[in-house]
Amino acid sequence: MAKVLMKGNEAVGAAAIKAGCKYFFGYPITPQNEVPEYMSKELPKIGGSFVQAESEVAAINMVYGAAGAGVRVMTSSSSPGIALKQEGISYIAGAELPCVIVNMMRGGPGLGSIQSSQSDYFQATRGGGNGDYRTLVYAPANVQELVDYTMKAFDMADYYRNPVLVLGDGMIGQMMEPIEFKETEKMDLPEKDWATTGTKGARKPNIVNSLRLQAPELEALNQKIEAKYMEMEEKEVIYESYKLEDAEIVFVAYGTVSRITKNAIDLLEQEGIKAGLIRPITLWPFPNKAFAEIPATAKALMSVEMSQGGQMIDDVKIANEGRLPIGFYGRSGGMVPAPQAIVEAAKELLGGVK
Amino acid sequence: MLKDKRIRIIIGHYGSGKTEFAVNYAVKLAEMGKKSAIADLDIVNPYFRSREKHDELTEKGVWVMSNSLDGKSALDLPAISASVAAPLQNKEYDVVLDVGGDAVGARVLARYKEYFKEGEYDMFCILNANREQTSTVEGAIRHIDSIESVTGTKVTGLVNNTHMLRETTVEDVLRGQELSKRVSEELGIPIKYVSTLENVARLLPEKMDGEIFPIKLYMREIWM
Repeated sequence: MAKVLMKGNEAVGAAAIKAGCKYFFGYPITPQNEVPEYMSKELPKIGGSFVQAESEVAAINMVYGAAGAGVRVMTSSSSPGIALKQEGISYIAGAELPCVIVNMMRGGPGLGSIQSSQSDYFQATRGGGNGDYRTLVYAPANVQELVDYTMKAFDMADYYRNPVLVLGDGMIGQMMEPIEFKETEKMDLPEKDWATTGTKGARKPNIVNSLRLQAPELEALNQKIEAKYMEMEEKEVIYESYKLEDAEIVFVAYGTVSRITKNAIDLLEQEGIKAGLIRPITLWPFPNKAFAEIPATAKALMSVEMSQGGQMIDDVKIANEGRLPIGFYGRSGGMVPAPQAIVEAAKELLGGVK
Repeated sequence: MLKDKRIRIIIGHYGSGKTEFAVNYAVKLAEMGKKSAIADLDIVNPYFRSREKHDELTEKGVWVMSNSLDGKSALDLPAISASVAAPLQNKEYDVVLDVGGDAVGARVLARYKEYFKEGEYDMFCILNANREQTSTVEGAIRHIDSIESVTGTKVTGLVNNTHMLRETTVEDVLRGQELSKRVSEELGIPIKYVSTLENVARLLPEKMDGEIFPIKLYMREIWM
């Protein structure tokens, strides 16, 4: 298919519809408003439904209901809006239902700003809701990946019967880039025989619920969903390693910041400093195994994030297992790291560990 | 460029490249020694608006106006600075109005209607054949109609700015030129410019409808 030029937020909507999403429930918030705008325009054309809910809390519960009925459903928001959805996400995980949630992150805490950030890493990977649940988290770095992983998210959600999060930031949502919709292999997915679609007198009713008052029953659910999380950790990890060979310093960065970091790597190369990058594409499960590829030449790691003190750096520490010193460079509040600033931070770190 | 009317209104769909065209145009006016002013009237998009280049443009001698709160910042508020009226009134200025997105964004223009007397303004519609909504003659005409109906002004020229960002090829531009020609014939509006990256502009055929207008990417950071 020929390439078209699309804005990230529109591309999310187009990708979701391509993946068979027919229902969208949301509440507007900058910088992701083009997602609901696109869905409100396009879903009625294919016999689907768009509802602008009265709040994010209502929207995620509409998603819960539609997912229970077995249809492909999505919601999107930005940081504080996703915070409001955490309770519903926990319920959906507890009820073992599939759905796709898109977060185009903006500056926080609180209402923060409307500018780009990556300060919801904890929220995405640790979860703001209660209980022993996880969400698969995809972190695309460009609009093409945003399309590809939004489509994949629907298959993964159905396969695992669990919410899947696509974590972008305001820049990727607002950015215009050439994309194509690739024909992907159809995944072999089980029938949704658990969906509440009416018994027609032919079977026992299906029940969608996250309440299990008997302790053994709830523990059994937790064991069942934990087994799914272990399967995801084994099978779903995706990452990119870039110029790791002979690297003296290895950056870890995701999303748009990984692109800025690649620019910094080129600048360092011009100064004769070899630098590489590990780019997690799934933030959960985190690509711990990528760290085994770090060459013996590496003297330090550096996490680069649009976050003040760093959030992903905690996972970098876990994956590093105490082997190398870890530095950090980050900007927050909507400020975007400049390639040259990353270069300076890297040189300072290397100077300190030589 | 200097034959264009003193007030130039730039409209176009998101992704048409309207802001890049407007910024390049305003810079060129300043370089020609004109008193150049650009008003960022975009109240629709929160990012990648001309106000973000306030400092760089000011340095190049362009007067940049946007919202009434602090001029540069990223707020998606319908708050336009009162100063926008100044270069519209002061005939010493050449003004570029950078208007946001679709008909909703263009509604802002109605506020300045008194300055848009026929024959005293140009309204250029930027076309990008690689954008879904304006990839066909019908789509492009619908876009122009919807904007004209809320602003009460008429498009006086088309700008073929068909692009795929840094991946733009001569073929992209020529395909866009075909589309622009058909829109031009249908509506009786001339193609005023063929706007494209400097490296693509060099490879274009010499004779084309409209003046070839090579542009730099001011709005896109190097890593994008």
